[in-house]
Amino acid sequence: MWRYIGRKLFIYLLTFIVAVTINWMIPRFMPGDPVRNMLSRAAINDPEAMASMTAYYEDLFGLDEPLYQQYLNFWVSLFQGDLGISVMRYPEPVTDVIMGSVPYTLGLLLPAILLSWIVGNRFGAFAARSKALDNTVLPVGYVLTATPYMWIALLLSYTLGIVAGIFPTAGGFSYSLRPEFSWVFIYDLISHWFLPFLSMFLVALGGWAIGMRNMIIYELEADYSNYLQALGAPRRLIRRYAFRNAMLPQITGLAVQLGTIIAGSLLTEVVFNYPGLGTLILDSLENRDFFLLQGILLFVVIGVLIANFIIDIIYVLVDPRTRVQMTGGSS
Amino acid sequence: MTLRVNDLKVYYQTLRGDVHALDGVTFDLADGEIMGLAGESGCGKSTLGKSLIRLDSRMRHVGGTIELDDKDVPIADDDAMVPLRYNEISLIPQYAMSALNPTRKIGKMINELLRARGVRPADVTDELHRRLELVGLEPKVLNMFPIELSGGMKQRVVMVISTLLNPSLLIADEVTSALDVSTQRSVAESMVEFRDRGYIKSMIFVTHDISLVYQMADTIMVMYAGHVAEKASASTIINEPKHPYTQMLIGALPEVGSTSTAQGGRLEGIPGTPPGLLNPPTGCRFKDRCPMAFSKCSEQPPLVEIEPGHWAACWKTG
Ligand SMILES: Nc1ncnc2c1ncn2[C@@H]1O[C@H](COP(=O)(O)OP(=O)(O)OP(=O)(O)O)[C@@H](O)[C@H]1O
Ligand code: SF4
Ligand SMILES: [Mg+2]
Repeated sequence: MWRYIGRKLFIYLLTFIVAVTINWMIPRFMPGDPVRNMLSRAAINDPEAMASMTAYYEDLFGLDEPLYQQYLNFWVSLFQGDLGISVMRYPEPVTDVIMGSVPYTLGLLLPAILLSWIVGNRFGAFAARSKALDNTVLPVGYVLTATPYMWIALLLSYTLGIVAGIFPTAGGFSYSLRPEFSWVFIYDLISHWFLPFLSMFLVALGGWAIGMRNMIIYELEADYSNYLQALGAPRRLIRRYAFRNAMLPQITGLAVQLGTIIAGSLLTEVVFNYPGLGTLILDSLENRDFFLLQGILLFVVIGVLIANFIIDIIYVLVDPRTRVQMTGGSS
Repeated sequence: MTLRVNDLKVYYQTLRGDVHALDGVTFDLADGEIMGLAGESGCGKSTLGKSLIRLDSRMRHVGGTIELDDKDVPIADDDAMVPLRYNEISLIPQYAMSALNPTRKIGKMINELLRARGVRPADVTDELHRRLELVGLEPKVLNMFPIELSGGMKQRVVMVISTLLNPSLLIADEVTSALDVSTQRSVAESMVEFRDRGYIKSMIFVTHDISLVYQMADTIMVMYAGHVAEKASASTIINEPKHPYTQMLIGALPEVGSTSTAQGGRLEGIPGTPPGLLNPPTGCRFKDRCPMAFSKCSEQPPLVEIEPGHWAACWKTG
């Protein structure tokens, strides 16, 4: 078990190193002079600020030092949590800018992913057991998965936001409010959160429900189900086995989907102008803020790696077979 | 225990029409009898086995009756069959290798199954261990997952599970096909041992391996394309078969009865293929391949008792 986790950790570590290295290389090996390019595009009017920024970035890139030294420096500052200074929001450090957006993205992503997965699996399992439900869940599920995300997002924001006027369609909170811990602000936060959340939730829901339904039906047809039925085992027992076994591919599915879900959340934020990492990426691209972009990408990579690692461990805990295979050698 | 199957018809419903997999099967099984069931692939052996315990969703009971100890076996009524299953009639399926839930430890699965059938696991633990030992397994397999067992071990575990409640009738569907020769023999021997010890009363032993069945079975029934071709004592079927199909089947064997030919005893070597069962031909279903076919064979030959305990369905034997 620990050997397995160790091996997984090693692979994740390797991925991380490669990702960081690529991240480091991009602005450095781009044609032209990206730093000057970036600064001139940042359109800073104050010449003094311009001068200090130029000095700062040239020093940071350490252009007079050998490449390996630059590379090592990059790692050292990375471990100090220093990802440089944002051009767009000079002189705020990149880490601070990112940390300001992360809560929004996580607050959107985690509930949307987990709830759609849980609710989708529930619906799917129900659909597999009752014809009436199957006839409703299945078509709705197919419609949901087949609809392009943009479509759902626009539809929701048009109907619930603009026509009905129940929910705001843009921003993380109203401009008239200051972030504070008050009911007014929390309510405002939630009402801004709702539409982006709902759109992500809905778009993922159908896929999980259909997947679960098909998996359960497959498991109910499996040889072990037939054998138990031949021995007169009650449907309850057979369903329990089928549900549990059908969960395993759904967990793997979650891991596989994670990357695309995160990409999807970037889209959501752009559509709803939600102040998370997605919007930040767009802004930093527009402003040629490579440090910020670098920092965000690094952050996303770390996030995906951590999430995958957690799912790996959960999978080991729920699938006895992987456990057996791992301990088989030592026992 | 006596099993009486009378003119049993079970069809598979498919999009292209009904597959007449059992088209009027009649036979008796006496108390303590081990009956070998042979015939080419697709002749309906597994269908017969399943029809005695549980019809799957595509199977339809079209006609005929099954009686166990003079009581009707309500095969078309799934709920009414439940009390009979496992307690009276049990099955070792053809897919025994994959018959165990892959994510449950074997012992735990057995306990859950027993409890679901109203049996306290503690009451049968000793018996379970004894029988595992009898088939050469240690009790520690109960603590393992199916993937940790070899195919032969899984086969034997399923054998023990299926017979744990001492059913009157056991249907063993090709329990030896996937095993090597020496394991085949020991599995077959333990099945006879199970009968001798009274764990089961009678057994239908489906197989392609005639020489194996000759050594362990009391009687052999040969099926062809959803019909019974011939049924008689094992020695009669091997030494004096009457039905042309049985004769060719036996003739295809090199040396019947000698232990060295267990593998050579597969059914093969009859020219042609059996008819499809979607729209089966009228008359004797063997007539296209039968060297003795004559004009009368366009009518279906009835299954008649040509001598005590020897049944055959052929115009030439009647
Ligand atoms: N689920 C099904 N749907 C339609 N037809 C089926 C189905 N299962 C079996 N059949 C048909 O029924 C006939 C009998 O099948 P069965 O499985 O009883 O054969 P068998 O004698 O056990 O063969 P084998 O020796 O290969 O196991 C075959 O012609 C087969 O094509
Ligand atoms: S009835 Fe006719 S065709 Fe059929 S086995 Fe007998 S002789 Fe052959
Ligand atoms: Mg079969």
